[in-house]
Amino acid sequence: MIRFDNVSKTYPKQNRPALDNVSLEIEKGEFVFLVGSSGSGKSTFLRLCLREERPSTGSVHVLGKDLGKLSNWKVPHMRRQLGTVFQDFRLLPNKTVGQNVAFALEVIGKPKSAINKVVPEVLDLVGLGGKEERMPGELSGGEQQRVAIARAFVNRPMLLIADEPTGNLDPQNSVGIMKLLDRINRTGTTVLMATHDQAIVDQMRKRVIELDKGLLVRDQARGVYGYQS
Amino acid sequence: MRAQFVLSEIGVGLRRNLTMTIAVVVSVALSLALAGASLLVRDQVNSMKDYWYDKVEVSIYFCTKADKTSPQCAAGAATDDQVKQVKADLDKMNGLVQTSTFESSQEAYQRFKQTNPDNPLLAAVGADAMPQSWRVKLVDPTKFDVMQSAFAGKPGVKSVEDQRKILENLFGLLRGLQTAAFVIMVLMLFVALLLIVNTVRVSAFSRRRETGIMRLVGASNFYVQMPFIAEAAFAALLGAALASTLLVGGHFFVQGWLQKKVMFIHFIGLSSVLAVIPLLVVVGMGMAGIAAFFTLRKYLKV
Repeated sequence: MIRFDNVSKTYPKQNRPALDNVSLEIEKGEFVFLVGSSGSGKSTFLRLCLREERPSTGSVHVLGKDLGKLSNWKVPHMRRQLGTVFQDFRLLPNKTVGQNVAFALEVIGKPKSAINKVVPEVLDLVGLGGKEERMPGELSGGEQQRVAIARAFVNRPMLLIADEPTGNLDPQNSVGIMKLLDRINRTGTTVLMATHDQAIVDQMRKRVIELDKGLLVRDQARGVYGYQS
Repeated sequence: MRAQFVLSEIGVGLRRNLTMTIAVVVSVALSLALAGASLLVRDQVNSMKDYWYDKVEVSIYFCTKADKTSPQCAAGAATDDQVKQVKADLDKMNGLVQTSTFESSQEAYQRFKQTNPDNPLLAAVGADAMPQSWRVKLVDPTKFDVMQSAFAGKPGVKSVEDQRKILENLFGLLRGLQTAAFVIMVLMLFVALLLIVNTVRVSAFSRRRETGIMRLVGASNFYVQMPFIAEAAFAALLGAALASTLLVGGHFFVQGWLQKKVMFIHFIGLSSVLAVIPLLVVVGMGMAGIAAFFTLRKYLKV
């Protein structure tokens, strides 16, 4: 699903690489936490998976494609096969919940009939059935993140990438979001989630990948957030 | 491509930047109107050339008694033999000369009397003061030089004159106007392009949320850029419509007002004006679309 081979990434005008010779593989259907302090290279890791950046050296394979060799015009097609969720939700404030989810389908040219069918289904799935006509501003943070997850999942992607999806939420809402992501994972979708939320990582007991100053320092099945001393 | 979705996006975009849109529409309209005017002046000059060159003649004037002072007429008035010799030479120039007619002093005098009945000179001079001449119509009116070198300085010939010279002044003026319109058009076009680039930039910035999400969910570049390009092209279309209105209005002004004042010029018709309009639309929209496209390449990366 995701494979990094000796990947390094150095941004222009910086001496220290943001990611330093990282190699790892994430299999289909896995649920993986990506942890590390700020500046450890988590964001760079995710951006490389989304091909927002290209590696300086090494190769990144996502969904069986070598992203370094993927030409620009094929990138949109590759992104349709993965979903993305962010800490700040990234909803359109002037569109309703339903329109926000539908927007993701409209801009990839899906026919109106298909959109009208799948949008209510996916909203039901994330637990927002009946809130289609509400504006994002009227919803709680947890509900807004559910809309964002609905939008990311509406194409039934093979891979869901989440960048601190619980970062702006209180513990109760965070648990709700984690349950939802777990459910999505059980449908066969691979989930890669960057997080700072120790309680969640410790509770879920999934594979944990830890980065520190761009180096891969830990890759542990059924891990916790950090080693307890 | 879902037309309804794209159209609503365009509407939102144009309204969001209303003042910029107006600036783009007006500057595109002015530059296109000037481009159209410049094309129409060229048509006008061409149609006038066709019309007038058909009528202009080269005149070969012969010496009169009174011309003794000028060196080429030192021998006095031209003799009949000299006039016949020129005619014989003209007849040899088959490919060049279409027709040639003789105008005697008497005919020239009558014609002058008709066209200038109040001229005080009429009383003072007699018919023999007017030169006799061959009026030559050329197959190609621009070949005056050949005539000039063939007949100037022949015995009895006072001068070879090209009526075209009189028209050249008028055409020169029109060509000057055309050049001025063209220069202003280029400047306006430059301003219009800068405005379009700026509008697209502002538009891209105010819609960065949408475009960010579009890239995220894998919308193709075409889908991401389409609303911006369509927006610029639509503003240019409005500009072209305004420019066309100006040109058609200008046409009716010329027909209704100027035509009465300036009778001797035949102005080009409405059909010529209408023929320019599609060109303006295509050029305007194409230019705006291309400008938008290249601006977006900088501001919307994959």
